[in-house]
Amino acid sequence: MHVPDGFVSGGVNAITYIISGGVSVFAVREANKKLGDKQVPLLGVVAAFIFAAQMLNFPVAGGTSGHFLGALLAASLLGPWISCLIMTVVLTIQCLLFADGGLTALGTNIFNMGIIGGVLCYYLLVALKSIFPKNKGGYLISVAISSWMSVVLGASACAVELAISGTSPLSIVLPAMASVHVLIGIGEATITTAVVGLVLNTRPDLVGTYSYPDARTFNRMEA
Amino acid sequence: MKNVNIKAFVIVGLLVSLLIAIFVSPFASSYPDGLEKVAEIKGFLEKGEEWVLWKLSLMPDYSIPGSKNEKIVTGLSGFVGTLLVFGVGYGVARLIRSKRS
Repeated sequence: MHVPDGFVSGGVNAITYIISGGVSVFAVREANKKLGDKQVPLLGVVAAFIFAAQMLNFPVAGGTSGHFLGALLAASLLGPWISCLIMTVVLTIQCLLFADGGLTALGTNIFNMGIIGGVLCYYLLVALKSIFPKNKGGYLISVAISSWMSVVLGASACAVELAISGTSPLSIVLPAMASVHVLIGIGEATITTAVVGLVLNTRPDLVGTYSYPDARTFNRMEA
Repeated sequence: MKNVNIKAFVIVGLLVSLLIAIFVSPFASSYPDGLEKVAEIKGFLEKGEEWVLWKLSLMPDYSIPGSKNEKIVTGLSGFVGTLLVFGVGYGVARLIRSKRS
């Protein structure tokens, strides 16, 4: 759902640039408080994995493909603000080096994927965790649902921006974007849950949002 | 598998990412993604074409303009991008950590 140049109006791009810029400054401050020694290389490797996995477009219905987003994966390991920073790094390099997502739309893309996918859906994960059983199964179900929602909500935000920009009416673009991303989100949930499960089995202390008693006690990034 | 050293964890993670980017990404689906497809069907795809920045990026669309072997170039883009993202991510994290007040 990387928005190219030209899809979204100058006004929408300006507003999302301001919001994304402001959130990024706040995210750097939060990261400054919370970043432990372990998280420094972890931030790099999570960003690298997200970039690589985003290249793997998988086919969904009707000659359409989708790819991994990764914001909720990053948020479940490192918290919302570091996730937002990771998405900003990935999206900026994709934009500048690979023309994947427009430069004028970079603020919009950070807003849709970093802020909605990474920050908002982190809080959704925290809320779901309190509903489901407090064990690994309940946690992974919360991860699956919130990662699926990160794609659906990010795409819906994109549709709203397209509508505000006068590119396509909301009654047309919102159902179109939401319905295809409901399917792409299944891929997102599958990958995110598998990777988080794998990290839980190897280094549970690196899954910052897994704060149940069976995780090891160390956790600077506790939810 | 418990108590994997953090260095080993990061190295394995980076290697897996590089393998995915270099060897798997050339075989990814080339269908348009969700947004592109919606733009195509709803008739606003052309709004995103013909933009100057396209010519400024070195590897537009994970390719090199004029190159013949698309799969190798995609893998190369994946290699360059993954290492660059790792380096920038790691660098940003170190910078933030070093500025601790």
